[in-house]
Amino acid sequence: MTAAQVAATVMDVRRKGDYVALRLAAPRIAAGARPGQFAALAVGGSDSPMLLRRCFSLAGWDAGGIEVVLAVTGRGTAWLARRRPGDVLDVVGPLGQPFRLPERPQTCVLVGGGYGAAPLVPLAAALRAAGCPVRMALGAAGASRLMAVAAAEQIADTVTVTTDDGSAGRRGRVSDVLPDMLTGVGTVYACGPMAMLAAVARLAAGAGMPSQVAVEESMACGVGVCMTCVLPVIGDDGRTRMTRSCLDGPVFPGDRVRFEAVGTVPADAVGAP
Amino acid sequence: MTDPAVRLDPAVSLAGVTFRGPVFTASGCAAAGRELAPYLDLGTLGGVVTKSVMRAPRAGRPTPRMAETASGMLNSIGLQGPGIEAFLAGDLPWLAERGIAAVVSIAGHSAQEYGELARRLRGAPGLAMLEVNISCPNVESRGQVFACSAAGAADVMAAVRREIDVPVFAKLSPDVTDIVDIARSCVAAGADGLSVINTLLGVAIDTRTLRPVLSAVTGGLSGPAIKPVALRCVWQVHAALPTVPILGMGGIRSGLDALEFLLAGASAVSVGTAIFADPGAPARVQCELLTALAARGFGAVAEAVGVAHGLTAPREVVAYGDEL
Repeated sequence: MTAAQVAATVMDVRRKGDYVALRLAAPRIAAGARPGQFAALAVGGSDSPMLLRRCFSLAGWDAGGIEVVLAVTGRGTAWLARRRPGDVLDVVGPLGQPFRLPERPQTCVLVGGGYGAAPLVPLAAALRAAGCPVRMALGAAGASRLMAVAAAEQIADTVTVTTDDGSAGRRGRVSDVLPDMLTGVGTVYACGPMAMLAAVARLAAGAGMPSQVAVEESMACGVGVCMTCVLPVIGDDGRTRMTRSCLDGPVFPGDRVRFEAVGTVPADAVGAP
Repeated sequence: MTDPAVRLDPAVSLAGVTFRGPVFTASGCAAAGRELAPYLDLGTLGGVVTKSVMRAPRAGRPTPRMAETASGMLNSIGLQGPGIEAFLAGDLPWLAERGIAAVVSIAGHSAQEYGELARRLRGAPGLAMLEVNISCPNVESRGQVFACSAAGAADVMAAVRREIDVPVFAKLSPDVTDIVDIARSCVAAGADGLSVINTLLGVAIDTRTLRPVLSAVTGGLSGPAIKPVALRCVWQVHAALPTVPILGMGGIRSGLDALEFLLAGASAVSVGTAIFADPGAPARVQCELLTALAARGFGAVAEAVGVAHGLTAPREVVAYGDEL
């Protein structure tokens, strides 16, 4: 399903802990959406001084609309958080490569950090529908930065919560509890900060199982033309390329992302200086 | 796409080549067109100006490569691209098969490398024109910015001119003392036209980390913030070289923005950074521009070119209803 640019009416704006959930009437985007994909929202109106789209994972969808969850981190997300039902947003989606579901039913572990938990809820639902038992680990700095715990508890077989400050669940990081969750697991899925993804990919590889990670890189366009959201990824031919996370990601096999080199151009990358 | 009420011929001629419309994608803002196909009909545009292609594959600069600024953005992509071989095998045929006019932007480290790129492109199906990027600010050394020196710019344009017979446009930098001096030098060396302007060199600082936002420190500023600078450059170049066609660009996001460029002396325009906000922007801008031209009584795009130069005396204000 190709992406579409649509005028989407805001249906609902809700605060969820430290985050804001926006529900948007966007049936064309919802119709093609798959877990792990994202939408790119224009901010500030047609004469906006903010030129770049803000990209968010799809946290859920139904026949009529999509939901995205955002953290207010700057002027653009603050503007989005001030929208009210009835406002119209310019939205492009669904964009990016989704999580790949296993070909046969197998136990899956889903690891979310902060609002990175958002795309894991539709993923868990899709996995369960495909007959896969689902274990989830959701972590955040503190209780107010956890999200989707209640939704996860409804879908997943087990949910383990961690917080850095111990304000909810176990004190610590999701990577602390992950090793005990990997017994008998087929695939590990993760979405969250880069350091967490690196830890999850490393633990999964150490346990001999594949992982899929959804990265969050700063994007300007979301559709593959600006070349700002690149990170070093190993291709099928074994060579590292500066790869667009909007088109070729945001979901990558965990063992293909050169986490140690994110923010650099590795000397062995194709076309490196 | 075009309003049926508009009876204006959208075609434009640049250095003897006819293009379907007056609006092009700007180099570096549309890849080689394919990624934008879901959002607009590229075949209605004047053409796609491709991201600058170099001789070899190039990984570009480390991230962060982008900083949003007030009505603009800085980028330091650093000419990431697949290299001429992959470009000729994949990107250019994709445009040619769809009948989309390809204006291929080339960039190199030496006049010789530019010449070699032109030679490799000679006779390539779908190639309508070359835009010679002598002004990318995201190179390791500012000494490499050929457009900052009249002699350096002329060397590159002459090397390209020798190798190819499609129209050749030189893309100029606004970061020079006298853009007319560079423009004259390019034309004397064989450039058929001028693309005006590339980005301006800028810096943004993150007040939380106390460091530059971009890993490369400096980046190219684009977007509506630079439109008055771009218009000034178009104005100066057109005033000095009124017979040389100009592809105008810099901050265009509406048809009226584009009209300003035509009135200042551009024969056609490119839409760049606006694509990041609105992937359908080039087609929308073209539709708005044609409507605005028709509303003002122009019968062809060319009739508007440079008109503002002849209308310096006070003129009665006419409301066309499209100003908002």
